[in-house]
Amino acid sequence: MPTDTEPSTETTAKKTDSILVADGVTRTFGGLTAVDVEHFEIQRGKITALIGPNGAGKTTFFNLLTGFDKPDSGAWTFNGQSLDGVPPYKVARLGMVRTFQLTKVLSRLTVIENMRLGATGQRGEKFLPSLFRGLWSGQEKANTERAMELLGRFKLDAKHEDFAGSLSGGQRKLLEMARALMVDPELIMLDEPMAGVNPALKQSLLGHVKSLRDEGRTVLFVEHDMDMVRDISDWVVVMAQGKIVAEGPPDTVMANQAVIDAYLGAHHDAELTHDTEEEILAAAEAELKAEDEENS
Amino acid sequence: MSWSDVLTGAIEQGIGPSAIIYCLAAIGLNIHFGYTGLLNFGQAAFMMVGGYAVGALIQDQGWPLFPSIVIGLLAAVVLALILGVPTLRLRADYLAIATIASAEAIRQVLGSASLKDQFGGQDGRYGFVDGMRSLNFVPSGGVHFLGLDFRSYDFFIMIVGWSLALILCGFVYLLMRSPWGRVLKSIREDEDAVRSLGKNVYSYKMQALVLGGVIGAMAGIMSGLATSNVAPSDFATDTTFFTYTVLLIGGAARVFGPVAGALIFWFFISGLDLFFDKMTSGSNPAIPASIMTDDQASLMRLIFLGLILMLIMIYRPQGIFGDRRELAIDAH
Repeated sequence: MPTDTEPSTETTAKKTDSILVADGVTRTFGGLTAVDVEHFEIQRGKITALIGPNGAGKTTFFNLLTGFDKPDSGAWTFNGQSLDGVPPYKVARLGMVRTFQLTKVLSRLTVIENMRLGATGQRGEKFLPSLFRGLWSGQEKANTERAMELLGRFKLDAKHEDFAGSLSGGQRKLLEMARALMVDPELIMLDEPMAGVNPALKQSLLGHVKSLRDEGRTVLFVEHDMDMVRDISDWVVVMAQGKIVAEGPPDTVMANQAVIDAYLGAHHDAELTHDTEEEILAAAEAELKAEDEENS
Repeated sequence: MSWSDVLTGAIEQGIGPSAIIYCLAAIGLNIHFGYTGLLNFGQAAFMMVGGYAVGALIQDQGWPLFPSIVIGLLAAVVLALILGVPTLRLRADYLAIATIASAEAIRQVLGSASLKDQFGGQDGRYGFVDGMRSLNFVPSGGVHFLGLDFRSYDFFIMIVGWSLALILCGFVYLLMRSPWGRVLKSIREDEDAVRSLGKNVYSYKMQALVLGGVIGAMAGIMSGLATSNVAPSDFATDTTFFTYTVLLIGGAARVFGPVAGALIFWFFISGLDLFFDKMTSGSNPAIPASIMTDDQASLMRLIFLGLILMLIMIYRPQGIFGDRRELAIDAH
């Protein structure tokens, strides 16, 4: 791999083996600049966390990288191949598979059918060969075995004949992750995998994310929970108002006062005492009063 | 007319040519709406291009039957491509708008006075079924059994039509148990999820639109051959909505849904018609003319059909063959 030509504005150590590189990616919605990323890289074989407050543009950036949305400008490559204008299904075929913040399980299909859908290169997905079972049944059997293995790993194997729509929110997250693995991606991009998942399941999800790295995959995930990020990520990228404001190893980034302010607000660790509560209430009432007077 | 005539009349219509036409149209619509989730509100347009191609080619150009049928089916492919290319990349409702509008546009064009020489205006094309009649092997006296009476040619159309419907059901079964069918059903559930797994959603939606449209054209051709006439009034918007009714009665995304739906729909619609006709006819009708005249009675079937539809939607929303568990999922 050629050594990268990262701009010197980066404050942190350079990355040497990048699977995904993005430069100058911008996306505006009317007057709002949702994403304005100068430079972004994901290192191969590592877990990268993308964090930032609500509305920072993380999901929009995700959509841009995976072809679900088109940027106004910018270039980005996956394994050296430009992804500009590449439709989402081709991005997935290249080995870059995403999940969604609001899980997208196929409700009226069974869990195992959800999994089988993920398998790539299926002969039976072509119109004419699909009519002849003999042409695809062998492949289907192999896919089913692989699917059951993955379901076993995510503890969903007992539910393989249930409709995916009958699963709980956390199980849906697991199913979506397992289904993405059916594509056998090099880079798996998880959009808020922990959102709405109970603490016990969170621990097991964390384990699953780590195991993805251990089997040689690269992981990019969006997350809110700082503890979670600190626990599993190798590299943290912080976004705020569409821009990347900092990046680095988790401990360094989280100690960064600018990040803490941007992400959590300047007073996030001040405890809310009875006195301050009253102060806030009084201020709010005064404001209301002022408004009333203005209106009358 | 006796009461048993009401029953046999309803059964004759229930399994007769009209039921076949709606059954075929609904098999096509099932691929669009039931399996792929495409909101096609213009199934009548696919029927129309098929029927008119056959009618016009035979009557105006003197083409033989089978080449005309092939052109009719190809016309449906072209229509599907024209409708699909601009709309299938967009949200589902765009297809709905495009199909309902173009169905009506095509109907107005084919029925227009300026194209009277080609398509016969409001009268349409007629008398083009000699080729089909020459294939008729049913005895010329017609067929009579169990108190049912069918004319020879009608019975021939029924044999051809129901055979075609069963073949298509088998075809749909084979397709929908395959990975190809799984992709279609997944697109119905959530097309972004399917995209994220590396499937070309646009291509699959197009394949489904073409396939269902071609089957719709078969329905239109069957309609022309059965009645020896294609006219703009045969393909109005209500044709599409009756087709939806047939599909929903039988159960969407079920192989035999359209067959059961068509049988039930036509049994009820003609049974109700005959029933109210009998109630208001004769010198001393069961329902006196002061309450309802026989002109008014002919509309009663639509009122009752609406009522039956409502009852089905309330008590069996999944249709005859549907799976209630699937609907429960939709609820949350």
